[in-house]
Amino acid sequence: MENARRTQSVLTARRAGLVGCTTCGRVHARQAVVCHRCGSRLASRDTGSLQRVWAWLFAGMIAYIPANLYPMLVTSTFGKTQQNTIVGGVIELFEHGSWGVALIVFVASVLIPIGKFIAIAYLAVSARSAVVIRGHGRQHLYEVVEFIGRWSMIDVFVVAILAALVQLDFVATVHPGIAAASFALSVAFTMISAQNFDPRLLWDAYEADDT
Amino acid sequence: MPEKGPAPAGLDGLIACPTCDALHNIAPVPPGSKARCHRCHTVLMTPRQGAMTRIVMLAATAAVLMIAAIFFPFLELQVGGLSRKSSVFDAITAFSASGMLPLSIAVAALIVVLPFARLVAIAYALGPMALGWHPAPQAARAFRWAEATRPWAMAEIFIVGVAVALVKITGLAKVTPGPAFWAFAALVLVTVLKDSFMCRLTVWKTLEERSRS
Repeated sequence: MENARRTQSVLTARRAGLVGCTTCGRVHARQAVVCHRCGSRLASRDTGSLQRVWAWLFAGMIAYIPANLYPMLVTSTFGKTQQNTIVGGVIELFEHGSWGVALIVFVASVLIPIGKFIAIAYLAVSARSAVVIRGHGRQHLYEVVEFIGRWSMIDVFVVAILAALVQLDFVATVHPGIAAASFALSVAFTMISAQNFDPRLLWDAYEADDT
Repeated sequence: MPEKGPAPAGLDGLIACPTCDALHNIAPVPPGSKARCHRCHTVLMTPRQGAMTRIVMLAATAAVLMIAAIFFPFLELQVGGLSRKSSVFDAITAFSASGMLPLSIAVAALIVVLPFARLVAIAYALGPMALGWHPAPQAARAFRWAEATRPWAMAEIFIVGVAVALVKITGLAKVTPGPAFWAFAALVLVTVLKDSFMCRLTVWKTLEERSRS
Protein backbone atom coordinates (compact mmCIF):
# COMPACT_ATOMS: atom_id res chain seq x y z
CA MET A 1 0.00 0.00 0.00
CA GLU A 2 1.23 3.43 -0.86
CA ASN A 3 0.65 4.75 2.63
CA ALA A 4 2.69 2.08 4.33
CA ARG A 5 5.94 3.94 3.82
CA ARG A 6 4.53 7.37 4.53
CA THR A 7 3.15 6.44 7.96
CA GLN A 8 6.72 6.00 9.19
CA SER A 9 7.34 9.71 9.07
CA VAL A 10 3.99 11.03 10.30
CA LEU A 11 4.28 13.52 13.15
CA THR A 12 1.90 12.45 15.86
CA ALA A 13 0.93 14.46 18.91
CA ARG A 14 2.82 12.01 21.11
CA ARG A 15 6.01 12.27 19.06
CA ALA A 16 5.79 16.07 19.27
CA GLY A 17 5.61 15.86 23.05
CA LEU A 18 1.95 16.84 23.06
CA VAL A 19 -1.31 15.11 23.82
CA GLY A 20 -4.42 15.23 21.65
CA CYS A 21 -8.00 15.04 22.90
CA THR A 22 -9.90 12.09 21.40
CA THR A 23 -13.23 13.87 21.77
CA CYS A 24 -12.57 17.25 20.17
CA GLY A 25 -9.08 17.07 18.65
CA ARG A 26 -7.65 19.90 20.79
CA VAL A 27 -3.88 19.66 21.33
CA HIS A 28 -2.35 20.16 24.79
CA ALA A 29 1.01 20.05 26.47
CA ARG A 30 1.97 16.56 27.69
CA GLN A 31 1.27 17.27 31.37
CA ALA A 32 -2.34 18.44 30.81
CA VAL A 33 -4.94 16.23 32.51
CA VAL A 34 -8.29 17.60 31.33
CA CYS A 35 -9.06 18.99 27.90
CA HIS A 36 -9.46 22.74 27.99
CA ARG A 37 -11.97 22.77 25.17
CA CYS A 38 -14.39 19.98 25.97
CA GLY A 39 -13.50 18.83 29.50
CA SER A 40 -12.67 15.21 28.56
CA ARG A 41 -9.91 13.34 30.33
CA LEU A 42 -6.64 13.36 28.40
CA ALA A 43 -4.22 10.49 27.91
CA SER A 44 -1.51 10.27 25.31
CA ARG A 45 -2.33 6.57 25.04
CA ASP A 46 -5.04 4.78 26.95
CA THR A 47 -2.79 2.24 28.67
CA GLY A 48 -5.56 0.23 30.33
CA SER A 49 -7.50 0.10 27.08
CA LEU A 50 -6.69 -3.48 26.04
CA GLN A 51 -7.38 -4.91 29.49
CA ARG A 52 -10.84 -3.39 29.52
CA VAL A 53 -11.45 -4.51 25.94
CA TRP A 54 -10.67 -8.13 26.86
CA ALA A 55 -12.71 -8.03 30.08
CA TRP A 56 -15.86 -6.73 28.40
CA LEU A 57 -15.35 -9.01 25.42
CA PHE A 58 -15.26 -12.13 27.63
CA ALA A 59 -18.33 -10.90 29.51
CA GLY A 60 -20.10 -10.50 26.16
CA MET A 61 -19.09 -13.99 25.01
CA ILE A 62 -20.26 -15.59 28.25
CA ALA A 63 -23.63 -13.82 28.06
CA TYR A 64 -24.01 -15.02 24.46
CA ILE A 65 -24.05 -18.69 25.55
CA PRO A 66 -27.33 -18.67 27.54
CA ALA A 67 -28.75 -16.36 24.87
CA ASN A 68 -28.55 -19.28 22.45
CA LEU A 69 -29.48 -22.10 24.82
CA TYR A 70 -32.63 -20.65 26.39
CA PRO A 71 -35.84 -19.59 24.61
CA MET A 72 -36.09 -16.07 23.25
CA LEU A 73 -39.84 -16.20 22.72
CA VAL A 74 -42.56 -18.21 24.46
CA THR A 75 -45.65 -18.33 22.23
CA SER A 76 -48.96 -19.88 23.24
CA THR A 77 -51.63 -20.34 20.58
CA PHE A 78 -54.93 -22.00 21.59
CA GLY A 79 -53.37 -23.45 24.70
CA LYS A 80 -50.32 -24.89 22.94
CA THR A 81 -47.03 -23.47 24.15
CA GLN A 82 -44.03 -23.19 21.89
CA GLN A 83 -40.57 -22.03 22.84
CA ASN A 84 -38.23 -20.52 20.29
CA THR A 85 -34.52 -19.96 20.59
CA ILE A 86 -32.70 -17.45 18.37
CA VAL A 87 -31.71 -20.05 15.78
CA GLY A 88 -35.11 -21.75 16.10
CA GLY A 89 -36.83 -18.47 15.26
CA VAL A 90 -34.66 -18.02 12.17
CA ILE A 91 -35.43 -21.55 10.96
CA GLU A 92 -39.15 -21.01 11.50
CA LEU A 93 -39.13 -17.77 9.51
CA PHE A 94 -37.20 -19.54 6.77
CA GLU A 95 -39.77 -22.36 6.60
CA HIS A 96 -42.59 -19.80 6.38
CA GLY A 97 -40.92 -18.49 3.26
CA SER A 98 -39.95 -15.07 4.71
CA TRP A 99 -36.37 -15.42 3.53
CA GLY A 100 -35.56 -11.73 3.69
CA VAL A 101 -36.59 -11.36 7.32
CA ALA A 102 -34.98 -14.67 8.26
CA LEU A 103 -31.77 -13.32 6.76
CA ILE A 104 -32.01 -10.03 8.69
CA VAL A 105 -32.54 -11.84 11.99
CA PHE A 106 -29.79 -14.36 11.23
CA VAL A 107 -27.31 -11.62 10.33
CA ALA A 108 -28.25 -9.43 13.30
CA SER A 109 -28.35 -12.13 15.98
CA VAL A 110 -25.82 -14.72 14.83
CA LEU A 111 -23.39 -13.41 12.21
CA ILE A 112 -22.82 -9.92 13.65
CA PRO A 113 -22.28 -10.98 17.30
CA ILE A 114 -19.89 -13.82 16.42
CA GLY A 115 -18.15 -11.70 13.79
CA LYS A 116 -17.74 -8.96 16.37
CA PHE A 117 -16.18 -11.32 18.93
CA ILE A 118 -13.63 -12.43 16.35
CA ALA A 119 -12.96 -8.93 15.02
CA ILE A 120 -12.43 -7.34 18.44
CA ALA A 121 -10.21 -10.23 19.57
CA TYR A 122 -8.16 -9.89 16.38
CA LEU A 123 -7.78 -6.12 16.80
CA ALA A 124 -6.79 -6.51 20.46
CA VAL A 125 -4.24 -9.23 19.68
CA SER A 126 -2.74 -7.41 16.73
CA ALA A 127 -2.89 -3.89 18.22
CA ARG A 128 0.78 -3.73 19.07
CA SER A 129 2.21 -5.38 15.99
CA ALA A 130 2.49 -4.14 12.42
CA VAL A 131 1.52 -7.40 10.76
CA VAL A 132 -0.89 -9.08 8.36
CA ILE A 133 -3.36 -6.26 7.72
CA ARG A 134 -2.00 -2.76 7.22
CA GLY A 135 -3.22 0.22 9.19
CA HIS A 136 -6.04 1.12 6.86
CA GLY A 137 -7.46 -2.40 6.80
CA ARG A 138 -7.53 -2.58 10.59
CA GLN A 139 -8.91 0.95 10.79
CA HIS A 140 -11.81 -0.07 8.53
CA LEU A 141 -12.40 -3.22 10.54
CA TYR A 142 -12.57 -1.10 13.71
CA GLU A 143 -15.01 1.36 12.13
CA VAL A 144 -17.25 -1.46 10.91
CA VAL A 145 -17.25 -3.08 14.37
CA GLU A 146 -18.14 0.23 16.03
CA PHE A 147 -20.88 0.98 13.53
CA ILE A 148 -22.54 -2.38 13.24
CA GLY A 149 -22.59 -3.62 16.85
CA ARG A 150 -25.69 -1.75 17.92
CA TRP A 151 -27.77 -3.35 15.16
CA SER A 152 -27.72 -6.68 16.98
CA MET A 153 -30.31 -5.20 19.35
CA ILE A 154 -32.97 -5.78 16.64
CA ASP A 155 -33.95 -9.17 18.05
CA VAL A 156 -34.47 -7.78 21.55
CA PHE A 157 -36.77 -5.08 20.18
CA VAL A 158 -38.66 -7.64 18.07
CA VAL A 159 -39.35 -9.65 21.21
CA ALA A 160 -40.48 -6.51 23.08
CA ILE A 161 -42.87 -5.52 20.29
CA LEU A 162 -44.31 -9.02 19.90
CA ALA A 163 -44.81 -9.37 23.65
CA ALA A 164 -46.56 -6.00 23.78
CA LEU A 165 -48.75 -6.61 20.76
CA VAL A 166 -49.71 -10.27 20.92
CA GLN A 167 -51.72 -10.44 24.13
CA LEU A 168 -55.00 -11.91 22.89
CA ASP A 169 -55.82 -14.10 25.89
CA PHE A 170 -56.57 -17.65 24.73
CA VAL A 171 -56.01 -17.10 21.01
CA ALA A 172 -52.38 -16.11 21.17
CA THR A 173 -49.96 -14.71 23.70
CA VAL A 174 -46.25 -14.06 23.46
CA HIS A 175 -43.87 -13.74 26.39
CA PRO A 176 -40.19 -12.89 26.34
CA GLY A 177 -37.83 -15.68 27.34
CA ILE A 178 -34.75 -15.41 29.52
CA ALA A 179 -32.52 -15.39 26.41
CA ALA A 180 -33.80 -11.91 25.54
CA ALA A 181 -32.15 -10.53 28.66
CA SER A 182 -28.84 -12.34 28.21
CA PHE A 183 -28.71 -11.47 24.51
CA ALA A 184 -29.27 -7.79 25.31
CA LEU A 185 -26.47 -7.98 27.88
CA SER A 186 -24.16 -9.68 25.41
CA VAL A 187 -24.70 -6.94 22.83
CA ALA A 188 -24.23 -4.20 25.44
CA PHE A 189 -20.99 -5.77 26.77
CA THR A 190 -19.47 -6.09 23.29
CA MET A 191 -20.44 -2.49 22.52
CA ILE A 192 -18.62 -1.33 25.66
CA SER A 193 -15.67 -3.51 24.71
CA ALA A 194 -15.42 -1.88 21.26
CA GLN A 195 -15.75 1.62 22.73
CA ASN A 196 -12.89 0.99 25.14
CA PHE A 197 -10.54 0.21 22.28
CA ASP A 198 -8.09 3.04 21.62
CA PRO A 199 -7.66 3.11 17.81
CA ARG A 200 -4.43 5.08 18.17
CA LEU A 201 -2.81 1.82 19.30
CA LEU A 202 -3.35 0.40 15.80
CA TRP A 203 -1.31 3.19 14.26
CA ASP A 204 1.44 3.19 16.87
CA ALA A 205 2.61 -0.15 15.56
CA TYR A 206 4.08 1.65 12.57
CA GLU A 207 6.33 3.84 14.65
CA ALA A 208 7.47 1.28 17.17
CA ASP A 209 11.05 2.49 16.81
CA ASP A 210 10.39 5.47 19.07
CA THR A 211 8.27 5.60 22.19
CA MET B 1 -13.05 15.80 38.07
CA PRO B 2 -9.89 17.97 38.13
CA GLU B 3 -10.19 21.64 37.31
CA LYS B 4 -9.41 22.93 33.86
CA GLY B 5 -6.09 24.69 33.65
CA PRO B 6 -5.46 27.94 31.83
CA ALA B 7 -5.84 27.91 28.05
CA PRO B 8 -2.77 26.26 26.52
CA ALA B 9 -0.96 28.90 24.52
CA GLY B 10 0.34 28.45 21.00
CA LEU B 11 -1.48 25.20 20.27
CA ASP B 12 -4.67 26.77 18.92
CA GLY B 13 -3.70 26.21 15.31
CA LEU B 14 -3.12 22.48 15.74
CA ILE B 15 -5.44 19.52 15.71
CA ALA B 16 -4.66 15.90 16.58
CA CYS B 17 -6.63 13.24 14.70
CA PRO B 18 -8.85 11.56 17.34
CA THR B 19 -8.34 8.20 15.62
CA CYS B 20 -4.62 8.01 14.89
CA ASP B 21 -3.06 10.96 16.76
CA ALA B 22 -1.50 12.54 13.65
CA LEU B 23 -0.94 16.28 14.04
CA HIS B 24 -2.42 18.73 11.55
CA ASN B 25 -2.39 22.47 11.12
CA ILE B 26 -5.92 23.80 11.02
CA ALA B 27 -6.66 25.41 7.68
CA PRO B 28 -9.96 27.09 6.83
CA VAL B 29 -12.32 24.44 5.42
CA PRO B 30 -14.85 25.80 2.91
CA PRO B 31 -18.46 24.88 3.80
CA GLY B 32 -19.65 21.73 2.10
CA SER B 33 -16.20 20.16 1.75
CA LYS B 34 -14.48 17.61 3.97
CA ALA B 35 -11.12 17.74 5.70
CA ARG B 36 -9.66 14.27 6.21
CA CYS B 37 -6.73 13.07 8.27
CA HIS B 38 -3.80 12.56 5.90
CA ARG B 39 -2.81 9.30 7.58
CA CYS B 40 -5.99 7.37 8.46
CA HIS B 41 -8.46 9.33 6.29
CA THR B 42 -10.90 9.86 9.16
CA VAL B 43 -13.10 12.87 8.41
CA LEU B 44 -11.87 15.65 10.69
CA MET B 45 -14.15 18.50 9.67
CA THR B 46 -17.18 18.90 7.40
CA PRO B 47 -18.56 22.35 8.09
CA ARG B 48 -21.91 23.17 6.48
CA GLN B 49 -23.53 26.52 5.89
CA GLY B 50 -25.89 27.36 8.77
CA ALA B 51 -25.34 23.94 10.32
CA MET B 52 -25.92 25.09 13.92
CA THR B 53 -29.36 26.51 13.18
CA ARG B 54 -30.39 23.47 11.17
CA ILE B 55 -29.24 21.05 13.86
CA VAL B 56 -31.18 22.90 16.55
CA MET B 57 -34.31 23.07 14.37
CA LEU B 58 -34.11 19.39 13.49
CA ALA B 59 -33.54 18.45 17.14
CA ALA B 60 -36.64 20.40 18.13
CA THR B 61 -38.65 18.70 15.37
CA ALA B 62 -37.42 15.30 16.49
CA ALA B 63 -38.38 16.02 20.11
CA VAL B 64 -41.97 16.86 19.11
CA LEU B 65 -42.21 13.73 16.94
CA MET B 66 -40.82 11.69 19.81
CA ILE B 67 -43.62 12.74 22.14
CA ALA B 68 -46.20 11.82 19.50
CA ALA B 69 -44.46 8.50 18.84
CA ILE B 70 -44.52 7.40 22.45
CA PHE B 71 -48.12 8.00 23.39
CA PHE B 72 -50.18 7.57 20.21
CA PRO B 73 -51.16 4.02 19.23
CA PHE B 74 -48.23 2.44 17.44
CA LEU B 75 -49.68 -0.72 15.94
CA GLU B 76 -53.12 -2.29 15.88
CA LEU B 77 -53.54 -6.03 15.84
CA GLN B 78 -56.74 -7.74 14.66
CA VAL B 79 -57.56 -11.44 14.87
CA GLY B 80 -61.16 -12.37 14.13
CA GLY B 81 -63.20 -10.08 16.35
CA LEU B 82 -60.38 -9.34 18.77
CA SER B 83 -58.30 -6.23 18.38
CA ARG B 84 -55.50 -4.73 20.39
CA LYS B 85 -53.79 -1.38 20.11
CA SER B 86 -50.39 -0.88 21.61
CA SER B 87 -48.13 2.11 21.94
CA VAL B 88 -44.35 2.26 22.29
CA PHE B 89 -45.06 2.60 25.98
CA ASP B 90 -46.63 -0.89 25.95
CA ALA B 91 -43.59 -2.33 24.21
CA ILE B 92 -41.46 -0.95 27.02
CA THR B 93 -43.63 -2.38 29.78
CA ALA B 94 -43.89 -5.77 28.02
CA PHE B 95 -40.75 -7.08 29.71
CA SER B 96 -41.76 -5.89 33.16
CA ALA B 97 -44.94 -7.99 33.00
CA SER B 98 -42.82 -11.11 32.60
CA GLY B 99 -40.63 -10.31 35.57
CA MET B 100 -37.81 -8.81 33.56
CA LEU B 101 -37.98 -5.29 34.90
CA PRO B 102 -34.31 -4.44 34.31
CA LEU B 103 -34.67 -5.29 30.61
CA SER B 104 -37.79 -3.15 30.49
CA ILE B 105 -35.85 -0.23 31.90
CA ALA B 106 -33.00 -0.84 29.46
CA VAL B 107 -35.34 -0.88 26.45
CA ALA B 108 -37.01 2.32 27.66
CA ALA B 109 -33.62 3.97 28.02
CA LEU B 110 -32.41 2.88 24.57
CA ILE B 111 -35.43 3.82 22.47
CA VAL B 112 -37.02 6.72 24.36
CA VAL B 113 -35.16 8.26 27.29
CA LEU B 114 -31.67 8.46 25.79
CA PRO B 115 -32.66 9.72 22.32
CA PHE B 116 -34.93 12.33 23.91
CA ALA B 117 -32.33 13.44 26.47
CA ARG B 118 -29.72 13.68 23.70
CA LEU B 119 -32.01 15.95 21.65
CA VAL B 120 -32.51 18.21 24.66
CA ALA B 121 -28.77 18.28 25.39
CA ILE B 122 -27.90 19.14 21.78
CA ALA B 123 -30.53 21.86 21.61
CA TYR B 124 -29.27 23.26 24.91
CA ALA B 125 -25.62 23.25 23.84
CA LEU B 126 -26.10 24.60 20.33
CA GLY B 127 -29.28 26.68 20.63
CA PRO B 128 -27.70 29.87 22.01
CA MET B 129 -24.83 29.60 19.52
CA ALA B 130 -27.26 29.22 16.61
CA LEU B 131 -28.71 32.58 17.65
CA GLY B 132 -25.23 34.09 17.86
CA TRP B 133 -25.15 34.29 21.67
CA HIS B 134 -22.60 32.99 24.13
CA PRO B 135 -22.99 29.29 24.94
CA ALA B 136 -25.15 28.41 27.93
CA PRO B 137 -23.40 27.39 31.15
CA GLN B 138 -22.29 23.74 31.09
CA ALA B 139 -22.87 23.64 27.32
CA ALA B 140 -19.60 21.73 26.88
CA ARG B 141 -20.69 19.10 29.40
CA ALA B 142 -24.09 18.71 27.72
CA PHE B 143 -22.54 18.29 24.27
CA ARG B 144 -19.86 15.89 25.53
CA TRP B 145 -22.55 13.75 27.12
CA ALA B 146 -24.61 13.78 23.91
CA GLU B 147 -21.59 12.64 21.91
CA ALA B 148 -20.68 9.89 24.38
CA THR B 149 -24.19 8.40 24.39
CA ARG B 150 -24.70 8.48 20.63
CA PRO B 151 -24.17 4.73 20.03
CA TRP B 152 -26.75 3.93 22.70
CA ALA B 153 -29.65 5.86 21.16
CA MET B 154 -31.30 3.11 19.14
CA ALA B 155 -34.52 4.56 17.74
CA GLU B 156 -33.66 3.58 14.15
CA ILE B 157 -32.89 0.02 15.17
CA PHE B 158 -36.25 -0.16 16.90
CA ILE B 159 -37.96 0.73 13.59
CA VAL B 160 -36.25 -2.17 11.82
CA GLY B 161 -37.28 -4.37 14.76
CA VAL B 162 -40.89 -3.32 14.18
CA ALA B 163 -40.62 -4.32 10.53
CA VAL B 164 -39.31 -7.76 11.48
CA ALA B 165 -42.01 -8.19 14.12
CA LEU B 166 -44.71 -7.28 11.58
CA VAL B 167 -43.55 -9.98 9.18
CA LYS B 168 -43.44 -12.50 12.02
CA ILE B 169 -47.13 -12.05 12.85
CA THR B 170 -48.62 -11.48 9.41
CA GLY B 171 -49.59 -15.14 9.28
CA LEU B 172 -51.26 -14.90 12.66
CA ALA B 173 -53.19 -11.64 12.47
CA LYS B 174 -53.86 -8.44 10.56
CA VAL B 175 -51.66 -5.58 11.69
CA THR B 176 -52.12 -1.91 10.83
CA PRO B 177 -49.59 0.77 11.71
CA GLY B 178 -51.00 3.65 13.77
CA PRO B 179 -50.06 7.35 13.75
CA ALA B 180 -47.18 6.78 16.16
CA PHE B 181 -45.55 4.40 13.70
CA TRP B 182 -45.31 7.15 11.08
CA ALA B 183 -44.16 9.65 13.70
CA PHE B 184 -41.40 7.26 14.68
CA ALA B 185 -40.37 6.66 11.06
CA ALA B 186 -40.22 10.43 10.48
CA LEU B 187 -38.21 10.76 13.68
CA VAL B 188 -35.57 8.39 12.33
CA LEU B 189 -35.30 10.37 9.07
CA VAL B 190 -34.99 13.67 10.93
CA THR B 191 -32.30 12.20 13.20
CA VAL B 192 -30.27 10.94 10.24
CA LEU B 193 -30.55 14.37 8.61
CA LYS B 194 -29.47 16.06 11.85
CA ASP B 195 -26.42 13.81 12.16
CA SER B 196 -25.40 14.61 8.59
CA PHE B 197 -25.10 18.29 9.54
CA MET B 198 -23.17 17.53 12.71
CA CYS B 199 -19.44 18.23 12.55
CA ARG B 200 -18.24 17.70 16.08
CA LEU B 201 -14.80 19.27 15.76
CA THR B 202 -16.29 22.47 14.33
CA VAL B 203 -18.88 22.52 17.10
CA TRP B 204 -16.18 22.13 19.76
CA LYS B 205 -14.04 24.83 18.21
CA THR B 206 -16.97 27.26 18.04
CA LEU B 207 -17.98 26.42 21.61
CA GLU B 208 -14.50 27.29 22.82
CA GLU B 209 -14.19 30.48 20.80
CA ARG B 210 -17.60 31.80 21.77
CA SER B 211 -17.25 31.11 25.48
CA ARG B 212 -13.84 32.80 25.63
CA SER B 213 -14.87 36.16 24.17
